[in-house]
Amino acid sequence: MDTIIEIDHLSKSFGDIRAVQDLSFQVREGELFAFLGVNGAGKSTTINILCGQLAKDGGSVRICGADPDREADRVKRSLGVVFQTSVLDKSLSVRDNLESRAALYGITGKAFSRRLEELSGLLELDDLLKRTVGKLSGGQRRRIDIARALLHQPRILILDEPTTGLDPQTRKLLWDAVSRMRREKSMTVFLTTHYMEEAADADYVVILDSGRIAAQGTPLTLKNTYTGDFITLYGMTEEQVRGLGHPYEAIRDAYRVSVPDTAAATGLIVRNPEVFRDYEITKGRMDDVFLAVTGKKLTGGAGK
Amino acid sequence: MKQLSALVKRNTKLYFRDKGMFFTSLITPLILLVLYGTFLGNIYEDTFRGALQAAGASVPDGLIGGCVGGELASSLLAVCCVTVAFCSNVLMVQDKVSGARRDLTVAPVRRGTLALGYYIANLLSTLLVCYGAVAVCLLYLSRVGWYLTGTDVALLLLDVLLLVLFGCALSSVIHFFLSTQGQISAVGTVVSAGYGFLCGAYMPISQFSDGLQKAISLLPGTYGTSLLRNHCLRGVFQEMGNQGFPAEIVEAIRDSVDCNLYFFGDKVETGAMYLALGGAVILLVALYVLLNLLRGRKEK
Repeated sequence: MDTIIEIDHLSKSFGDIRAVQDLSFQVREGELFAFLGVNGAGKSTTINILCGQLAKDGGSVRICGADPDREADRVKRSLGVVFQTSVLDKSLSVRDNLESRAALYGITGKAFSRRLEELSGLLELDDLLKRTVGKLSGGQRRRIDIARALLHQPRILILDEPTTGLDPQTRKLLWDAVSRMRREKSMTVFLTTHYMEEAADADYVVILDSGRIAAQGTPLTLKNTYTGDFITLYGMTEEQVRGLGHPYEAIRDAYRVSVPDTAAATGLIVRNPEVFRDYEITKGRMDDVFLAVTGKKLTGGAGK
Repeated sequence: MKQLSALVKRNTKLYFRDKGMFFTSLITPLILLVLYGTFLGNIYEDTFRGALQAAGASVPDGLIGGCVGGELASSLLAVCCVTVAFCSNVLMVQDKVSGARRDLTVAPVRRGTLALGYYIANLLSTLLVCYGAVAVCLLYLSRVGWYLTGTDVALLLLDVLLLVLFGCALSSVIHFFLSTQGQISAVGTVVSAGYGFLCGAYMPISQFSDGLQKAISLLPGTYGTSLLRNHCLRGVFQEMGNQGFPAEIVEAIRDSVDCNLYFFGDKVETGAMYLALGGAVILLVALYVLLNLLRGRKEK
């Protein structure tokens, strides 16, 4: 896969606050890239620099091979952005909003009607087109935000906490649409989220802490590096579990035993076949990775 | 061009669809109407009638009606052109507050196109409202006393255009520096409350102290009000002359209603008023362009 976003030694300060410090990473074309960090970690600053909304202090950024400072138009045509909060015009209808934004990319008349039809099919917008944006529910508005970002068929879709506060059905609809675009158009998705299950589906993850990269890798690498495995044992007495000699915790109808890695789990099972009659082995979760890397929990829009 | 027309269409639609923004922009003209309806109209009528009768002239009701009506129409239009421009241009700041500006700037739109989009939409919205107001004013004058010629009406339309251009340019420059809802409210309140007095709509400038008159004569908007007064009342004064009213009395009335303005003692002719207003428009538009260029460079 080709590199589509290349960030090298990027830095940005606001007065004494160093929002982004010496940031370097790459995003490959077509991948789902998760960019994680608590509020204030530097995610939005980085996104704003990528979108050409903010000037950088140092380092270099290349998007689709172009420098956003020198070839702003080319870079902007390759980016679609869904902001944290909906920024469409609340007094206008959905169609008016999409029509005015599409024209900014030169999409008007029949070309716009065709694109609108495609997006309506993808995001189930038919019933919403004539309605005023201000009167839509949060989930409906989010669908319009996604449609707006996809109007010009960008090569990269930036999703800044796109599903915060949405019901599971709308989240699924959004992710299905995004997945379809990725599959059919090889679209790259640059995601920031507070939902770790969304990050777990990413191809590559970068975790930011205080403007610096604290960890990066595929979800599997991160889990293997920063968390152990867990064996959940069913139908055992606590005495039997204690006898295994590993830390454990009691859950509703089982015990969860921590082991350093999968090899250790295998060794334990081989040595104690009489105990392991009904069990499952799982990797650590992305929440555990985030906690291990930053010492903070990433929940509901704020680091704790 | 597609981008510019899309932006103009969006901005104009937003002004007329946002009921809060639209009705707020009509508050100052409505206040003026209430003032005239409750007492200012009677005061002016009594003053004109008293002044003319003191000079031994009998005054037909139609002439007094035309005089007070012309005063009201010119005041209303003078206020409308600037306050509506300010309210309609609030969109420029609201887009920053709501984040819509970010959504517009992630698209490949040049800063200049965006700025021009706001200015043209502001101009169109304000002109639509103000020319609507002109139509209402002309209808009103036709009922209380019509002394206008076709040329007067054409010049009145030109005055409104110039004053709207001035209001839009001034509001664009001021709104350029604003970025919060609080600032929008503060500027809106000051303009709504203050501009009517400053331009002589609530009370003729001739009734202010000498110092204040001199200070106000430095403001270009004042000449816009005077141009409107001149074209709304020209026919009335001509009719007074035709009916044999003494020229000194007519001139005194012209002074009292700000048809004659004085710049540090020198009478300002109509041509000079156009020059002052037109010059101010050019200067403010140039300043707006410069501010956008400078901010563009700073952000790079």
